[in-house]
Amino acid sequence: MCLAIPGKVIAIEEDPHGVKMAKANFGGIVKQVCLEYTPEVELGDYVLVHVGFALGRVDEEEARRTYQALEALQQLGELDAPEIDASPPNEPEPLGAAP
Amino acid sequence: MKYLDEYRNEGIAKKIVDEIHRAVTRPWVLMEVCGGQTHSIIKYGLDELLPKEVELVHGPGCPVCVTSLEMIDKAHAIASRPDVIFCSFGDMLRVPGSEGDLHILKSRGADVRVVYSPIDCLKIARANPDKKVVFFAIGFETTAPANAMSVWQAKKQGITNFSILVSHVLVPPMLAHIQQSPLNRVQAFLGPGHVCTVMGIEEYEPICARYRVPIVITGFEPLDLLEGVLMTVRQLEAGEARVENQYRRIVSRQGNHPAQDIINQVFEVCDRKWRGVGSISKSGYKLRYEFRDYDADRIFETREIETQESPLCISGLVLKGVKKPHDCPAFGRECTPMRPLGATMVSAEGACAAYYAYGRQRQLHNESEANQALKVSAA
Repeated sequence: MCLAIPGKVIAIEEDPHGVKMAKANFGGIVKQVCLEYTPEVELGDYVLVHVGFALGRVDEEEARRTYQALEALQQLGELDAPEIDASPPNEPEPLGAAP
Repeated sequence: MKYLDEYRNEGIAKKIVDEIHRAVTRPWVLMEVCGGQTHSIIKYGLDELLPKEVELVHGPGCPVCVTSLEMIDKAHAIASRPDVIFCSFGDMLRVPGSEGDLHILKSRGADVRVVYSPIDCLKIARANPDKKVVFFAIGFETTAPANAMSVWQAKKQGITNFSILVSHVLVPPMLAHIQQSPLNRVQAFLGPGHVCTVMGIEEYEPICARYRVPIVITGFEPLDLLEGVLMTVRQLEAGEARVENQYRRIVSRQGNHPAQDIINQVFEVCDRKWRGVGSISKSGYKLRYEFRDYDADRIFETREIETQESPLCISGLVLKGVKKPHDCPAFGRECTPMRPLGATMVSAEGACAAYYAYGRQRQLHNESEANQALKVSAA
């Protein structure tokens, strides 16, 4: 119910009643989105949309930082791994295997 | 899709899972608050990747599930009227009231329409001036801005044949309610990312402080949820209880001010009855007096209907994280998504429905058969 998905703003317009609206692209599907709660949004921004309303702008800088931090996890984790490791490098363990 | 697919990367998921294994030394019980989070966890099997010490229990964050039977019966009474066009989000249509659901009413001739957004109801109202258009305004804080805007715009545009039946619920009072329960097992929360997009995170700080419970505001994709678990476990292991924000790409500390402003103009806080749980003080929204002309509850006088829940159903305990769906003897037997007995099976986001949809009842059945076989062979 609180499902909300990110879409890219491809057009900004006003409806006949003066409501700030946009067209947003969700992976190929284009829908009308109300921008009344995100007046700062510009063309090309990604907005988080719930039941036809943009509730927030995706902070691209923050998204990139988080993702890179997650990607870097194992490099940091490897620092506390035992020095002698008999298992072949890069062999994928099944997800969820106990350490 | 950008900002979705990246957060489903299996390689990175494995790294986070490894990190959780490294961080955990003791058993912990975490609750994910939102139904959407529960759905993702069960869909991707994230709970099965976690160390055995980390138990996820499923929270009350499914507004369809927790809408009271009285309110559903009230909706059905209004929808049955010949002068009404009754509009609703799609997932509310198959929720059973005391006598059938909205699908059945529609098949009997009621004008029931599914809308994508509450604002669409204004178009329907303008196109049908001889009808009363009623929207079933359910939801948490995430949906409140949209529902509030429908009424705010109706007033501004002078639309008089539109009203909403309000059954809004609020997350923070429910979290406090869970912590106050003598049966409580929940030691930390994965907080509701989209609710906090609207409301910000500050209102969770008193709950952290009062109950010494970590709350990590978390997103909905697999990597979000796993990182939320990691952040939560690190706090628990360190003996900390803070509000942290995993979902920083969307959630700001203050939330969305324009949305909060319209919510506060249109709604005020009230006591609310939750299906399966009962009444919780100051846990909902109702329309303010200034918007009484848009209040379907006031416009359509509905008789008080005696309602009765199934005596088999344990959904109240599931909603509070005390029990899991498979602890219920009726799960997958008397109670299925086709014939739900209670709150947590009625919507796809309910914990019982999520377990059912992803085959957990078959898995549990197979496990119990295997255990049975072991016992037999041992004997």
